[in-house]
Amino acid sequence: MTQTRSTQSDPYATTRDTIEGKIFTVTGQDWDSVVAGLSDEPEERIVVNMGPQHPSTHGVLRLILELDGETVTEARVGVGYLHTGIEKNMEFRSWTQGVTYVTRADYLMPFHNETAYSLGVERLLGITDEIPEKASVMRVLLMELNRIASHLVAIATGGMEIGALTVMTIGFREREMTLDLFELITGLRMNHAFIRPGGVAQDLPPGALDKIREYVQWMHKHLPEYAALCNANPIFKARLQGVGHLDLAGCMAFALSGPVLRSTGYAYDLRRAQPYCGYETYDFDVPTWDTMDAYGRFRIRLQEMHESLRIVEQCADRLAELDGAPVMVADKKVAWPSRLAVGTDGMGNSLDHIKHIMGESMESLIHHFKLVTEGFRVPAGQAYVPIESPRGELGCHLVSDGGTKPYRAHLRDPSFGHLQALPAMCEGSMIADVIVAIASLDPVLGGVDR
Amino acid sequence: MSEHQPENLPATSPAGDAATPGAEVVDQRQGMFGVRGTGDTSGFGGLRRQVALPGGSARPYGTWYDSAVDHLVSLVGDDAIEKVLVDRDELTLHIHRGRLVGVCRHLRDDEALRFEFFVGVSGVHFPNETGRELHVVYHLLSITHNRRVRLEVSAPDADPHVPSVVSVYPSADWHERETWDFFGIVFDGHPALTRILMPDDWPGHPQRKDYPLGGIDVEYKGAVIPPPDTRRSYN
Repeated sequence: MTQTRSTQSDPYATTRDTIEGKIFTVTGQDWDSVVAGLSDEPEERIVVNMGPQHPSTHGVLRLILELDGETVTEARVGVGYLHTGIEKNMEFRSWTQGVTYVTRADYLMPFHNETAYSLGVERLLGITDEIPEKASVMRVLLMELNRIASHLVAIATGGMEIGALTVMTIGFREREMTLDLFELITGLRMNHAFIRPGGVAQDLPPGALDKIREYVQWMHKHLPEYAALCNANPIFKARLQGVGHLDLAGCMAFALSGPVLRSTGYAYDLRRAQPYCGYETYDFDVPTWDTMDAYGRFRIRLQEMHESLRIVEQCADRLAELDGAPVMVADKKVAWPSRLAVGTDGMGNSLDHIKHIMGESMESLIHHFKLVTEGFRVPAGQAYVPIESPRGELGCHLVSDGGTKPYRAHLRDPSFGHLQALPAMCEGSMIADVIVAIASLDPVLGGVDR
Repeated sequence: MSEHQPENLPATSPAGDAATPGAEVVDQRQGMFGVRGTGDTSGFGGLRRQVALPGGSARPYGTWYDSAVDHLVSLVGDDAIEKVLVDRDELTLHIHRGRLVGVCRHLRDDEALRFEFFVGVSGVHFPNETGRELHVVYHLLSITHNRRVRLEVSAPDADPHVPSVVSVYPSADWHERETWDFFGIVFDGHPALTRILMPDDWPGHPQRKDYPLGGIDVEYKGAVIPPPDTRRSYN
């Protein structure tokens, strides 16, 4: 077989023969070389390795697709390219430090990771009922803001992958407003480590409630733009409707939860079914759709952002009444010993506290030293705490041996389980629909690979 | 009076903290601050403490647990369940590993149980619990009844085999591969038990306790701090 001119001239897209057949390295705009190379064996199947470095696979996801023309006959998913050993690392750090690891797992929902982990530690400690109300309200506030930010990325990147770039630009515009709020409240845009066992790290800064209300106003004004842009858009609908089909039986078999499950018309939401952090006291609806496809999941995410805004408004009202209330559990053997303050070099122990432990009270210094270096001990046993993350059931399985570090910490990440269903959702469809199916699952590889 | 056992120290009894009856002793802690092999000047060198997980619970278990356990026993016989533990409002059933698939099938299919949603698998390694070194923990959810149950199966390190539940719960596929990858637990009957997060040719199983965390010294202004797993720490 002769090589075509385009493959000879491109050092990055060469062909070579192996015992398994001819291998083409395709870099884009050179599909002709593959077609020309196969011309004498037109029946031959093509196995395409899509990813892991591919912008439309949502991070470092690798797909191995067997193609017949443009139809996907078999799809396999390869993960693990972002494995960072978060769970192993946590076994070598104190229970409080564990928060800094889980927040990096699924980086688009850091507050959900932190909350699931913190609720797990609190259940092991037996202090679930002692968490101050303000801490729970702040957790709910941050989680719902986070849900909005995560859904915005899901919609924005999903739009970008099908060529709807305006959806991407406006999605990231609104997400930026959300991240500004995160920065105001926690000091960081991601990797916050703000929600900790026992409560949250810090009280709301002055003026935060006004900013939250401004944000809600902004979102009420701009969220309808997504609906106006996409909901009835014929191109958008043509790309999404009927794609990534999975019915309720499929969702149960593959253990899919979150918007994918709700797109089958089943209103299952852990915030309702098994409430935590006081979700049973908030007024919100669980949106569903009954088309079981990518379009339904898009509409659910859109509606969920409105519901999250409702919860955020309720949180703001409650926080206005909880001014000055504690945000950390009263038990001094668990609570971080010092008030934190933002200094010139970031957030740290407040100067008043430093003055107290260094100049006034030896006992306080000992207490601070013990709690910060050793940490608290957690009674032996295990706990599994599930919460409703933007992507579905996020669970944290914790095992304690009675020590100051987690004996085993495991995140049951929704994206990890959901990717198993991808072959069922896209085998038999066109290759372009694979991208839409992935986007409708909204996997985040930081959570998949941990 | 030996130097290491002054007679005014009561802490040299084999069980420092006497574990509650029935508790599952998984390890024995010695000393403090992770000091080994050097002269112990902390005074904690003689400290011995048992590490024990909560043991089985006695009836009544409370809420729906009693009727569900009774119903399951009537379906699978009373020799499939090693023990029942209710701890922190969570129900854990310790299952004999040979009976796992049958138990799962009943848990999924029986109308009164109906745990149709397989949440995940997690492994735990207790290197000093002889004969039960490897634990596999399954979390199941019944959306029908809004209940959760945890199944726990143990296997010795010398025979790290546990039956796969993929035939009952297809979603166990990747979770079992992950547990094989990290703990070296072989799930018999799994359709394709290969590594999933680590590279295919990776040696060892990283989340076992005898597998080092790895890492390099951190140097800061001339001072060298060892990597986390070799640092002296509280134990």
